[in-house]
Formats: sequence, structure tokens, C-alpha cells
Amino acid sequence: MTGPLIAMIAKLLTGASARWVDCQPDTCQRVYFANHTSHLDSLVIWSSLPGVIRNLTRPVAAKDYWGKTMLRRYVAGHFNALLIDRKDIKVHQSPVDLLLREIGSVNSLIVFPEGHRSAGTQIGAFKSGLYYLCKKRPDLEAVPVHLDNMNRILPRGEFLPVPLLSCITFGPPMWLETGEQKADFLDRARENLLRLKDA
Amino acid sequence: MISDPITWIFVAGVLLLLGAATTVGHFLKGQPESGLNPAMVQTFNRRIRAWWLLCSLVAAALFLPQSATVVLFGLLAFWALREFITLTPTRLSDHRTLFWVFILFTPLQFVLVGLGKYDLYSTLIPVYGLLFVTARVAFSGDPKRFLERTAKIQAGLVLCIYCLSLAPALLYLNIYSTADIRLLRELPPGTDLVPQPYGKNPLLLFYFVFVVQMGDALQYLWGKILGRRVIAPAVSTTRTWEGMLAGSGSTALLGAALYWATPFNEWQAGCISLVIALAGFAGGMAMSAIKRDRGVQDYGTLVVGHGGVLDRIDSLCFAAPVFFLLTKTFFTLP
Repeated sequence: MTGPLIAMIAKLLTGASARWVDCQPDTCQRVYFANHTSHLDSLVIWSSLPGVIRNLTRPVAAKDYWGKTMLRRYVAGHFNALLIDRKDIKVHQSPVDLLLREIGSVNSLIVFPEGHRSAGTQIGAFKSGLYYLCKKRPDLEAVPVHLDNMNRILPRGEFLPVPLLSCITFGPPMWLETGEQKADFLDRARENLLRLKDA
Repeated sequence: MISDPITWIFVAGVLLLLGAATTVGHFLKGQPESGLNPAMVQTFNRRIRAWWLLCSLVAAALFLPQSATVVLFGLLAFWALREFITLTPTRLSDHRTLFWVFILFTPLQFVLVGLGKYDLYSTLIPVYGLLFVTARVAFSGDPKRFLERTAKIQAGLVLCIYCLSLAPALLYLNIYSTADIRLLRELPPGTDLVPQPYGKNPLLLFYFVFVVQMGDALQYLWGKILGRRVIAPAVSTTRTWEGMLAGSGSTALLGAALYWATPFNEWQAGCISLVIALAGFAGGMAMSAIKRDRGVQDYGTLVVGHGGVLDRIDSLCFAAPVFFLLTKTFFTLP
């Protein structure tokens, strides 16, 4: 009950409209990777997925933001967020292994491979986490998701959102090719994401 | 109100007209070899849908309490401002100013309209809003393109919120016909036979929205038929002098023919319809200019998937304050 309500409020607040370009909603295991511009990103992408898929999808979110207050913890708990502590990464407990263990053979993930929120409309270089996810689980579909205008709704450093309109574009899925190098794959992923901007 | 026959005749007439237009649109859609441009048929059908929506909104005003109508218009204005600001490039340092514009000024304006506080709602945005936005942007500590940024936010606030809020404000006026006003002025104190106010304000609101929408349609239609001289090709390629004059003229005739639904006589209804049709046209031109500046076709495509509310109500935004003020000046007692 709370889940759909949170999704509805998030969609109303951000005026988010979802577009699927050469891609259909599917319950197969996926890694949605998106440009990161706002703390609301993970919540809004999760909210814009159809209900059935939403229940199977776990957004990765920063523990230092979503774990901070009771309200945020409550909301994060109800949108199935996987809170990752960015400061406390240990060698024997790599976040990639942790994520893969959490999703098992059922769930999908929402990740932000830029690692941190970009200030404006630029999309930064991707961190290698996406590559290792796809390398350890080559069956995962990597789906690029482009967020437009979210950075104006809740920019970094602000805590009160302005209810403007935003657009979420889901692009065609991609996979790690056999023998594809890390840098090549990450470049290709970033290109696919950038292409959605004008799709 | 609901039992009033004039209201029913008016509503039934509008429903018939809309029904006929919908049928025509449906028919044209099913006739690909009619020789008409399919994009034009699609535009036509989209406009009809928007009319249904707007007409249901004002028809609801006939049955709902006044405050509910104010809330509905408030939501419409809120959405229009969202589109306006989304389209307008603002800097990150404007964030907190925008927050107050959306969270404080927008609802407060409609609350004041709903309370019928004319002195407050007529000054809230043009005076306090203007001062607040200017000052708050200055406090943000970012002087870059200061005037331009404040002007953008102020324009959005005035056009989308203030102007549109004056449409439901009509519901709270005590309107008399000019003959009754003359009578009331000359009446000796203590007379029993006092003229009653017009009292069908929701119907007048319906009349206003209908005339503005018909003005849009007639200007477009006459522009297609007679249009030779485009007013400003860089702003709009479809708006012509012929379309504006012939369209507004025929709107005036239509408005005059419907005078029986209003507190105006034939002449007054015709003149007022002419003025609001021209104001509506000006609104369309102004919003086109904003859109061209941003390089978009309509507000609907700016964030893909949204209907483009602002595209449909640009003429209402400009006509509403004119209609409200004319009615208030000439058809109410000071």
C-alpha cells in the first residue's frame, strides 16, 4: 500500500513522464543505469516503472542521504532501496558482490555509474562498477535511463524540491560482449545514455 | 442556478456544438483520402479534446460550490506555471525563489480569490510577488543576468497565476446590468423595489471561456481561409492580420448573439467579446514568441509526453484579466 502511494507522490511532485524508446518494460533481470543529478533520481526511476516491475526492482541509493532522517529511512525502506555506504567500502565486502547477492536471481537494480551527482547537464565518466556487475552476471540486461530536468527539481545542496516537470527515457538494452574491455564497455554504455538525450 | 432554463439552454448548445465538432473530427480521421493534411486533422482533434476538458471544467462550476471551481482553476494555473518555468532556463541560485513561488504565492493567490478579498488578491502578485522575487534573487548572492532572471520568474507568476486566477474571481462579483446600475444610483434611500444582481456568475464564466475558445478557433479558421499577410513570420507562421481581424469580428458577432446568457446588452456583449478575442490573440502571439525563443514547437513537446496545458490556455491567460476588469469596472457597484 505504501509503495504505490510513494510512487504516486514522487510522480506528481516531479511531473515525471516515462518514455520507452526501443525498449519495453520487462520482468527479466536488468541493471538500469542512469545519469545522476539529484537525490530524487533513484526514487523517481523506481516510481516510473510499472507496478509489477517496480516490486522486483531495487534502486541503489546513498546511505549518507537516505539513511539520515527517520522519514528518509522510512521512504527508502518502502521503495526497496539498497543503501550503500560510500565511505565504508571494504576489500572483502565489495559493493558489487553485495548487490549481486541482494538481487539473487529475481530482482533488478537501478545504479548510477557516475558515482556522484553531476552539477549540471553534463554526464561524467562512468565508474567501473557497472562493468563488474555485467562481467559477473553476463545475463543481466543493462538498460540506459536518461533523466531530464531532475537537477532543477532538487539540485545538490538543496533540501526542498520545486515541482517542475521531468522526463525519464528508457533506452535499448545492452550486454557485455565477449572479450570487451572495461573502458570500451563503459564508453559504449555512456554513449548509449547520451544518445537518449535527443531520442 | 441549476434550475435556471437559460443556463440549460446555453450548456446544451455548447454540448451540441462540441459533439458536432467531435463527430466531424472522428469522421475526418477515418477518411485518409479526403485530401486534408492528416497532421491538421490530428491538431483539430487534439484541440477538440482540450475544449471538452475546459468546458467540463467550467460546466463543473455550475454544479460545484464556488470554492471548488477556484481550486480547479488553481490546479490548472499550477500546471501552467510548471510548464512555463520548466521551459524557462533558470539558474540553480533561483531554486529557493522558485520554491516560494510554487509553494507560497500560487496557493495563496487562489485562497485569497476563494475568500473574495479583492484588495489582497489584486495586489499579492503584481506588488508583493514582484518585490519578493526581485529581493529573493538578490539575496541568493548570484548577480549574473539578474534582471533577466527576475523578469522570467515574474512573467511566469503574473501570466500563469495572477491572470488565470481572475477567471474564477468572476464568481465572487456582484454583477448588475448597466440599466440596473443607473437605477440603483438614482434610487432614493429606503425604496423597496431594489434591482437584484445578475446572480448567474458561473454561467458568465462559462460564456467567457466559450467566447475565448471560439475566438481561437475562428481566428485560426479565417486565417486559413483569408490569411495573406503574416503578422510576424519569425514568431508565428499561421497568425495573420486577416485571421486576427475577421476572427475577432466574427467572435464579436457570436458573443453579441449570446448576450441573453449575460448581464450585458447586445452591444456591450459584442464589444466585450471583441476585446477578449483580441486579448486572446495577443496571448497566443506572446506565448508563441516565448516558445520560438526557446526553439520548441509547443509546450507539450518540451517535456515529452505532457499535454501542453499552456498551449491551450495561453489565450485565456491574457483574456481573463481584461474580462474581469471590464466586468468589475462597468457592471458592479463601487
